[in-house]
Amino acid sequence: MAKKITAPLTAETVKDLRAGDSVLISGTIYTGRDLAHKRLTDALKAGEKLPFDLAGAVIYYVGPSPAKPGQVIGSAGPTTSYRMDAYSPMLMEKGLRGMIGKGNRTQPVLDAMKQRGAVYFAAVGGAAALIARTIKAAKVIAYDDLGPEAVRELKVEDFPAIVINDTYGGDLYVAGVAKYKKD
Amino acid sequence: MREIQLDTIRDAVAKLCIDANCLLGDDVVRALKNGLATEESPAGKDILNQLLENEQIARKEMMPICQDTGWAVVWVEMGSGVRVQGGELYDAIQQGVAKGYKDGFLRKSIVEDPLRRKNTGTNTPAIIYTDIVPGDGLKITVQPKGGGSENMSEVKMLSASDGADGIAKFVLDRVWRSQANPCPPIIAGIGIGGTFEKCAMLAKHSLLREIGSVHPDPFYAEMEQSLLERINRLGIGPQGLGGRVTALAVFIEAFPCHIATMPCAVNINCHAARHQSVTL
Ligand code: SF4
Repeated sequence: MAKKITAPLTAETVKDLRAGDSVLISGTIYTGRDLAHKRLTDALKAGEKLPFDLAGAVIYYVGPSPAKPGQVIGSAGPTTSYRMDAYSPMLMEKGLRGMIGKGNRTQPVLDAMKQRGAVYFAAVGGAAALIARTIKAAKVIAYDDLGPEAVRELKVEDFPAIVINDTYGGDLYVAGVAKYKKD
Repeated sequence: MREIQLDTIRDAVAKLCIDANCLLGDDVVRALKNGLATEESPAGKDILNQLLENEQIARKEMMPICQDTGWAVVWVEMGSGVRVQGGELYDAIQQGVAKGYKDGFLRKSIVEDPLRRKNTGTNTPAIIYTDIVPGDGLKITVQPKGGGSENMSEVKMLSASDGADGIAKFVLDRVWRSQANPCPPIIAGIGIGGTFEKCAMLAKHSLLREIGSVHPDPFYAEMEQSLLERINRLGIGPQGLGGRVTALAVFIEAFPCHIATMPCAVNINCHAARHQSVTL
């Protein structure tokens, strides 16, 4: 059974999650990928205000395809997460509690997650039309000039994801593959 | 000389871009369904089902299977008896890609410079590979290629003494290091031989083959089968969560080789193995 959770995430919600848990996320999340991460961290370094509040925030690594007339958003599956690894620890330091993407993270990110109490979720890469159905509202709130890479505020309902890394060092990618590896 | 209008080519390319991105091939759908029978992991089965459901939604609503609608890689086989009326062939293709990505609400993923990274806003330029062939036909194939799986690809200059074992080692290592990144289940396209760049093109071209088709050369047919089995023993599974179905297919294209070299390229594709062709 999937756990229903609400974003932004509280410290209690995060503590309750374990690698391997299926979750359905409802509430408000933000999109951000390569260039948006660079701008967000540049803004932090310069002491500027960010376009959204990082406290408890969840960032979804996605660059959606454009919405057709009548659609809230186009196809919206996750992009590969390691490209954000250079920036994520700094965002966690400022309150980020959840990241949604796909693929393994590097050690500095895993360490920061344990230290700061943040979790990493995977969404199903390639299931982009299916995932879009759980996004009920979308608006660009920053960096419009980046096109697909702009930061969007998304209202989601039962957005499906799986906990890959929890705050206790659990790693579903490592454990899952070890279970099925034959050679 | 047979003449084909620029507009005809442009519109055909635009339609290929849209169809390729929204309609997953029957061969991939069959392979995902077959995967359901072999996958042992419940999470893995669940993912395969989600990918099948996703394919249905995309088809019905004509929206992209994946938000990464890719580089537009365009393969052209142009009959030597064909001439384009009203402009140049490459202009027709570039205009067609820009039109398809706009009209189809496909994502524009191309930046105009690798370091300065400003989006071109049209998903052009397309990457175009042209072959001049006998006859008066014009065959165009559009192969949108996603970035996540492209990033897991590699070319290696092996030595002849490395042999088939060296190739297997390189391919398995490349897939192992990719883990969840290219959205498994994957398709591994392998080019062997030619020059440094030729073998990469062979690998990309091999991804156009139909899943389930058997290599015409029994030597390579056996090698493909053996690599597929070995990849699926790695345990990576759907989305890298652990499981049996890591790859749906392995395709090899080989080419003559210099006596001193044996280049090998692995081009990884995700299940969104998109391509559509038309002959004008
Ligand atoms: S690897 Fe393929 S399925 Fe995954 S995000 Fe990229 S294009 Fe989509």
